[in-house]
Amino acid sequence: MTRRSSSRAAPRPPLSQHLVHGLIYAFIVAICVFTTFPFIWMLFSSLKPLGEIFGQGLLPANPSLENFRRLFTETPALGALVRSFLIALTATVSSVFFCALGGYGFAKFRFPGRGPLFALMLGTMTVPFAVMLVPLFVMMRNVFHWIDTPWPLIVPGIANAFGIFFMRQYMVSISDEMLDAARIDGASEWQIFLRLVLPTTTPALASLGIIFFMGSWNNYLWPTIVLRDPSSATLPVLIASLQGDAGRTPYDLIMAASVVSTLPMLIVFLLLQRFFYAGITAGSVKG
Amino acid sequence: MRSLEIIPRPARPVAAWQRLWRQRWGLLFIAPFFVLFGVFSVYPILFSSWLSFREWNGVPGKEVFVGFENFSYALRDNLFWESMLNVVLIFALHLPLMLLVALVLAVILNQNFLRLQGLWRALIFLPHLTSMVAAGFTFRLILEQETGFANALLTGLGLPSVPWLNDVWWARVSVSLLLLWAWTGYQMVIFLSALQTIPPELNEAAMMDGANRVQIFWRITVPLLQPVIIFCLTVSLIGTFGLFTEPTILTGGGPIHSTATPTMEIFGNAFTNLKYGYAAALSYIYFLIVVVATIIQLRFTNRGQA
Repeated sequence: MTRRSSSRAAPRPPLSQHLVHGLIYAFIVAICVFTTFPFIWMLFSSLKPLGEIFGQGLLPANPSLENFRRLFTETPALGALVRSFLIALTATVSSVFFCALGGYGFAKFRFPGRGPLFALMLGTMTVPFAVMLVPLFVMMRNVFHWIDTPWPLIVPGIANAFGIFFMRQYMVSISDEMLDAARIDGASEWQIFLRLVLPTTTPALASLGIIFFMGSWNNYLWPTIVLRDPSSATLPVLIASLQGDAGRTPYDLIMAASVVSTLPMLIVFLLLQRFFYAGITAGSVKG
Repeated sequence: MRSLEIIPRPARPVAAWQRLWRQRWGLLFIAPFFVLFGVFSVYPILFSSWLSFREWNGVPGKEVFVGFENFSYALRDNLFWESMLNVVLIFALHLPLMLLVALVLAVILNQNFLRLQGLWRALIFLPHLTSMVAAGFTFRLILEQETGFANALLTGLGLPSVPWLNDVWWARVSVSLLLLWAWTGYQMVIFLSALQTIPPELNEAAMMDGANRVQIFWRITVPLLQPVIIFCLTVSLIGTFGLFTEPTILTGGGPIHSTATPTMEIFGNAFTNLKYGYAAALSYIYFLIVVVATIIQLRFTNRGQA
């Protein structure tokens, strides 16, 4: 009520301001159409038979879930979906845990070589993944025999320099008095980490976890190298493998699989939006 | 007298051990990370440099030392240098526009009069969540020359249709378009959070002094956001040099190799041609170029600041 009366008391905004606001809204809406249109196209295409997908019309004439039925019966998509989820979940939980542990170690303990070790870790962050591509693959094949298993997508990622850096920045702000009080009360260092440090850093853990989950869920380059057999593929690898010879690409199945791969991330995003934004901006402001 | 001599000697190592023992928790907490880090990061980086001086098809024990042969061959490898040029062109095609649009969007979303800010922010950010495999195929469908929606729209507006994926330059534009779609929202979110740290009094004072919005944008907002802009620029530079999934799905590196990238070249030499040593050498040249490009870019942007 008070807000309304105050705005009534204020002089009416001039016409030019209305015009500017209108133009700004038009600009925003245009950008949003650009960003959301491919999603809509993907969704509608997944409801059309192959012939109609090339028909240039937006709305499906007879929307049907036939593509999804065929996707799950004629291709190993269900296995890929479950596998993608389990890999992303395991990789995320283990990476976040060990990054929190390491970040806490760097933030709150003094030990010989702390500075050089931290510098070494930051230094390797600049090395592009392409440099490690060949040696990592050779290792996975000849030493660990992990080709076509989920392990190459889980274990190497645990040692994530960005994650340690991210958690250290956050852990530095934990008060030493609180930690010392727990020590005086007789808690072991391990208990302090599990019962005190982890619960107080939940927002950071969630933000980092979302970054890791998204990375694992959408990853393509590394999985396509180590997952050679179609029966061990993750969703992105499966989708890419569906494309046949030029001109015969089964876009009906590919669009259905793309919807299956996109939808879970959208749902997670809607539920946990603020952690997405927090994770992304924390990396930039402190990095 | 003897005891006095003996006692301090063993005491010293004990003290050092005790010190280490007291510090054991910190070391213990970072240990799992460093074990895995050594095995899966440091060792591969070193192994890669060892491999770059050898010829190897992947059969254990068959490595042959060839000196600098891989590197001298790489210097004459046109496909590799074309891929370098391609990513530079793609970077130039999309980055200035992306930075400008992301900045303008962030400034707009930071205005008080705007309703539904959360909705706009979410809709613009959404593409960043998508698998580039799914997005790549969708863009391929939309940009298809004969049947795609993009050309239907253009001809509907009375414009000529465009060979999006079948022409050397338009293919690079198409990859840039996909990058714009996927990353503008990411940069906008970063700029928006940086903008919220700028006190509004600053803009109000400038308004009082008679500055208009465009002047405020270029003279106040952009300089204040410079560290964040440099961060986004650096991330994009490294990301564009490392492109793989987007061109692989959207164009397959074509037509005529026009959208092939260094990572695709390294991938192809390693896993299609089975030239592991050569791929390792390429990866080191590529690494060096990215480092030099990043340093040049940071020098350039920092000089602008001074």
